[in-house]
Amino acid sequence: MTSVPLHQEQTLPADWRDLYALTKPGVMKLVVFTGLCGLLAAPGPIHPVLGFTAVLCIALGAGAAGALNQWYEADLDAKMKRTASRPLPAGRMSRQTALHFGVGLGVFSVILMDLAANHLAAVILATSILFYVLVYTVWLKRRTAQNIVIGGAAGAFPPLIGWAAVTGDVSTLPLLLFAIIFLWTPPHFWALSLFVRSDYANAGVPMLPVVAGNDSTRRHILLYTLPMIVAAVAPWALGLTGWIYGAVAVGLSATFLILAFFVAANRASDPKQMGPEKKLFAFSILYLFGLFAALVIDRWVIA
Amino acid sequence: MMPRDEDEIIRKRQRERSRLMAILLGLFVVLMFAITIAKMSINQ
Repeated sequence: MTSVPLHQEQTLPADWRDLYALTKPGVMKLVVFTGLCGLLAAPGPIHPVLGFTAVLCIALGAGAAGALNQWYEADLDAKMKRTASRPLPAGRMSRQTALHFGVGLGVFSVILMDLAANHLAAVILATSILFYVLVYTVWLKRRTAQNIVIGGAAGAFPPLIGWAAVTGDVSTLPLLLFAIIFLWTPPHFWALSLFVRSDYANAGVPMLPVVAGNDSTRRHILLYTLPMIVAAVAPWALGLTGWIYGAVAVGLSATFLILAFFVAANRASDPKQMGPEKKLFAFSILYLFGLFAALVIDRWVIA
Repeated sequence: MMPRDEDEIIRKRQRERSRLMAILLGLFVVLMFAITIAKMSINQ
């Protein structure tokens, strides 16, 4: 693919497919799913139209955050193989278009959430967008190897927003759901960063494998898996969910821990020999889907 | 003067984006209508 220098202004109007790609649809799936689960697990009814709109706003807010992230990181994306074909580094869109699209989408999603749900859901949505863009993208990502540890909070907001859209408040269970995603993000991302380490190194992003090395990252993955498991099992242990969620949480968490042990035991530095890391990364996505699906099934069956 | 093929690409993209914007605006109107009805039914 041919790319143009970032300073060279793109004159063609952006293709709508590129505007769609700017919203990071792949990441959005997990965000929408966890937001929907937060909404479905909340006690009390919500009108289907308002529920749909709340989930739509979560998706649009995530899209806005993704677009603003790509607007700010166009120079980094151009240096990494994994992201070089995105609309901005590939020169298919001007940065101004991405900025206007991201800000417009973000403001629209927050206003619509306020209209359809309530102030609290809108405030948490706005906070999540600003946190991802300002705290993670602008402040942490290029400065510290702990970027993903703190930045992980940005992706943890959706179940909180879904819950708040129904109830208008925040209680222990949605806070635990927040904690699960917050603690899940580091092992998930570090597993990925191990086998795309050279990409991050070339771009000068201080991801943990680049700064501390592969072995230290593998130990961190195992270490962070432990509090994540505690958070995952806590809703059941505290009596906030039933046995369905408890059984799934214990089973999935045990599998996650075993895979994390395999990662910790691996000494390979060649990405081709990083089978355990790739397995853990793939399983971590399934893990979050499984936990949240079990939560909703549990709440609905018990109810 | 703009090369002919580039001009065509611009027109094509503008056409596609206009259509998409029309669809999205139509959906937005329907959604706002549905939200209003839903809010009214809750408050009754």
